[in-house]
Amino acid sequence: MSEEDQLEEEEEAEEEELSDEQKKEIAKWFLTHAPAGEIQYVAKDVRSLLFDEIVYGMAAEEAFPLYNKAHMVSLPMPNSSGDVLITTFGELSENEYLDPRTAQVATVDHVKQVCTNVRPATDEELPSSYIEDFRCPLDAEIIKYVGEAYPKGVCAVYCSKGKDVEGPGSDFELAVVISAARHSPQNFCNGSWRSIWKIKFNDEMRTMELTGSMQVGAHYFEEGNVQLDANHECKDSTAFQAPDDCAISIASIISHHENEYLASLEGSYSNLPDTTFKDLRRKLPVTRTLFPWHNTLQLSLNRDITKELGTGK
Amino acid sequence: MEAAMGLIRRIHPRHSETALSALLNLLPRHSSDLLSQVDQPLQILHDCDSGKEFILCEYNRDADSYRSPWSNKYHPFLEDGNLPSPELRKLEIEANEVFTIYCDQVVNLSCLDGSKSGQGRRGYLQEGSWDAIHVIEVGPEEDGTSRYCLTSTVMLSLMTDAESSGTFSLSGSIRRQMNMDLSVADGHLCNMGRMIEEMESKLRNSLNQVYFGKTREMVCTLRPPAELVQLKLPDRDS
Repeated sequence: MSEEDQLEEEEEAEEEELSDEQKKEIAKWFLTHAPAGEIQYVAKDVRSLLFDEIVYGMAAEEAFPLYNKAHMVSLPMPNSSGDVLITTFGELSENEYLDPRTAQVATVDHVKQVCTNVRPATDEELPSSYIEDFRCPLDAEIIKYVGEAYPKGVCAVYCSKGKDVEGPGSDFELAVVISAARHSPQNFCNGSWRSIWKIKFNDEMRTMELTGSMQVGAHYFEEGNVQLDANHECKDSTAFQAPDDCAISIASIISHHENEYLASLEGSYSNLPDTTFKDLRRKLPVTRTLFPWHNTLQLSLNRDITKELGTGK
Repeated sequence: MEAAMGLIRRIHPRHSETALSALLNLLPRHSSDLLSQVDQPLQILHDCDSGKEFILCEYNRDADSYRSPWSNKYHPFLEDGNLPSPELRKLEIEANEVFTIYCDQVVNLSCLDGSKSGQGRRGYLQEGSWDAIHVIEVGPEEDGTSRYCLTSTVMLSLMTDAESSGTFSLSGSIRRQMNMDLSVADGHLCNMGRMIEEMESKLRNSLNQVYFGKTREMVCTLRPPAELVQLKLPDRDS
């Protein structure tokens, strides 16, 4: 058999049966594209389609951590010390996540989406006390804000850069993460709000630069599949002050921008029926009456005449 | 199949093409079921014989070619492509003429329709698209009436993008069925037209009120409207 024939035969065989690697990639794609709060449902369907526990297991092993981090899933810690957020900021290893508020490290089972164990964080895993002087008051302000603004919000403040800075003279960065999710499968509706705020403390310029990114999603799936998907990024800056003052001004900037964003979302929704949607499809024909189905011959004659006379649009 | 349809119900409509091709690869033996049950955003092709554009869908497909409802020819050319009977073809020509006028009045910009048992049409806008597929089955005539079974799908996508508010995208697909026994005195076309018009109006309302309403409600549950919050929080110092 010539080399070419061999290649062709291999290609044909591939067309018939997907390799395990290809199946895994497909499973992974479905899992990572699951809407907020729906990965377990997607997993159930994917598993029954694959019909191969080993391939499914490999796909789940790779997809769940990505999904959990992207959705900033919150998991209750076993010693009732609150929820730990699964984020890249707190990621110490594949299945260990820092909860900066309680200075604990949570061990998580990504696929089951549970926290199995907690231990106190070591000194190396935590920011310096200089950084903590900024991080703690900010965390307290953000808890207050999130408690008021989000009925089911979970938040955390991490040191995302320069956690070992010991005192004035160096730049560092804090990250505020807010994650609020609502799952009501019985009402065929799920949704999530995720915000990430990075605050760059510029020591020399005595400024704080904020960049925020907010992501809102909602999925309604009774007899259909309708999804909202909204993203917004913004920037702001303010003066670098004493830790407590920094905390207050950062929280108020975040609150201001998030309120504004919510208002603009509301605005987009109220514009929908009158502008965007109407541009796409009218409620009634341009004639503002129902279409004269019984008299279509007449219509088509009229149209031909207008076309011929060149008087149409 | 049930699991496959479950996934289609969850994956974002924006990714429905990728999802379908993934499922086709995974379940080659169910490909015809998948293709007929999973509605896809409509594609269009230029028919050089008539100079018009037409919609590609499952209903005018034979192998890898699609039949233009204008010229009745397959693109790309297909030697022995499946053609409708002369009688059906006559109805098809008439239906296409009428629905073109209907579309001109209802949908903005381009609109097309085709296929022997269904009409699809499409409106385009910078921010979005409205794709509707209506498949009507007409039963045999009995005592002057026929049973009409209409299955309609609307795929909608709306997107706005502004610096001040970021990207806002709403998309969805819904499918409904409607059965009616109607007198054929006015002709099939007239009955079909009325049913489709009524259905489209219903679907449009559901999308607008129920579906968009539900996702909006969800946003408000996640984060109640600003007025309530501002009462509790001091305004930002400036």
